[in-house]
Amino acid sequence: MFRRLDASDGAPAPRTVRITVDGAALDCRDGDSVAAALFAAGITACRDTAVSGVKRGPFCMMGVCYDCLVGIDGRANQQACMTKVREGMAVQRQIGAREVPI
Amino acid sequence: MSSPGPMPNCDLLVIGAGPAGLAAATCAAELGLDTVLIDEQPAPGGQIYRAIGSTPVQDRAILGADYWHGLDLLEPFRRCSTRYIAGAMVWAVNRLEDGKFEVAYTTTADHQAHLLLARHVTLATGAQERPFPIPGWTLPGVITAGAAQILLKTSGVVPEGTTVLAGGGPLLYLLAWQYLNAGVKIHSILQTTPPGQWRHALPHAWGFLRSPYLGKGMKLLSAVRAAVPIVTGVTAIEALPGPGTGQLAELRYSAGGKTRTLAVDQLLLHQGVVPNTNLSRAIGADHAWSDRQDCWEPAVDAFGATSLPQLTIAGDGAGIVGAVAAEHRGRLAALHAAASLGHIDSKARDRAAAPHRAALARAARGREFFETLYRAAPALRRPVGDTIVCRCEEVTAEQVRQAARMGCQGPNQMKAFLRCGMGPCQGRFCGLTVTELIADEQGRHPRDVGYYRIRFPIKPVTLGEIATLPQTDESRSAVVRFKK
Repeated sequence: MFRRLDASDGAPAPRTVRITVDGAALDCRDGDSVAAALFAAGITACRDTAVSGVKRGPFCMMGVCYDCLVGIDGRANQQACMTKVREGMAVQRQIGAREVPI
Repeated sequence: MSSPGPMPNCDLLVIGAGPAGLAAATCAAELGLDTVLIDEQPAPGGQIYRAIGSTPVQDRAILGADYWHGLDLLEPFRRCSTRYIAGAMVWAVNRLEDGKFEVAYTTTADHQAHLLLARHVTLATGAQERPFPIPGWTLPGVITAGAAQILLKTSGVVPEGTTVLAGGGPLLYLLAWQYLNAGVKIHSILQTTPPGQWRHALPHAWGFLRSPYLGKGMKLLSAVRAAVPIVTGVTAIEALPGPGTGQLAELRYSAGGKTRTLAVDQLLLHQGVVPNTNLSRAIGADHAWSDRQDCWEPAVDAFGATSLPQLTIAGDGAGIVGAVAAEHRGRLAALHAAASLGHIDSKARDRAAAPHRAALARAARGREFFETLYRAAPALRRPVGDTIVCRCEEVTAEQVRQAARMGCQGPNQMKAFLRCGMGPCQGRFCGLTVTELIADEQGRHPRDVGYYRIRFPIKPVTLGEIATLPQTDESRSAVVRFKK
């Protein structure tokens, strides 16, 4: 589990940004990556792998490992660690086999 | 469709906004070069100074003075004339017949692809953590120490519950120290550095004794030792899932001939850092194996010049020397770019380079000691059995070893056999391991085994993004021809 530290040293708190994760509202802080917001919310697994269907979550947090892939606003396979939260953003964990819309 | 204007161009393109990139871009702009800096992250700083301009961890005692030094690079960069393109991923660099580089990149916020012409390119793409393939390293709950530090810097997000740090290298202890400063509890540090290794490092101690690291490093280590139990001589680590959860629940490790199991919430792994070479490889620069650091490094001269004309590499991407060295290497690369583009003559270049060379030598002092002391044990670099080697395609060590025993000729044929290295990370987290496993099984040197052939695009790009590239008359007529 992860938590947020209060080390602002008197600086004003960042604005709260509300996103949804699998439809449920989640309050994040402006400046968070989607992956950081997931960690802060206690979500460490964000997808099932395409090869064996096991759980995976963010691993490197710097855009290298591609284990943090999620759906963002309807676009699949986005790097959660490289995407900043935006007000109203809809994040979808990639659970189960992927579907190709026909 | 309207015809595009002329392709945007510049004298110097710097890729990466860590210490090397920021210093290179600032120095080049001051020398009068029309400079562009492209970086993947939304804000400058790279990984070492990640979120330097926006971190919520404003209490400076937590991240420490070395982190806040990043502001000394950021402020001059913000004042200089470099055009800064943030949140943009370079995926192809094509050398044209006239010697210029045609660079394709995507701005990630709008998924729009762009082209840019550059007369000189400086890669400042830095380092990534060395793959540390242990059983269970793919489980949610296991992240790298670098990832944990990025969570701290960017969002002030820290672990709670039972947290174990494992591996070796300066970053592991730096993170532990920063957590202590922030009041974060660490259960223990599992140190994989072989206990006798300091004896090998001793011949390099003279440099270390004169290095700027000594005082700082000792202070940091003694603070960590006083507060966190350190288990030394750890030879094996295994992350285990909880029943039916598929997430980390337990840790098993061996030290001093005994095996222990421990319930944990987080495992943070680290085994040093290695140059990020995908871009330099894809462009076609020469690389060589470093026996001291067990990784590939681009072949560069004292200015960072590569085997290709008008291509330089600065910072840890050219071989690991650390953040302070990176900024001086950035300035040296900028001076070289200015000279090779005819903005200054070689005498002026050498004159301006002298203080940076001296500073680089000072910053590099003591590195051999570190490298030898923290060199990862062979058993931790060359896994066996069911341990996953390629995280993307879920290829195990035994599969790679078996293919090597069957006579697989090298990493490229291994891709065809097992798909390892063919997932979205493009070998970044398996390439070194695959090279070493083939070397191990076939009794060859890693330098002779070689590496994956890296091709553009060096990061996954969608067809839709490629379709947004500006069209030229030639590209349009190439398609129209087939429509007739």
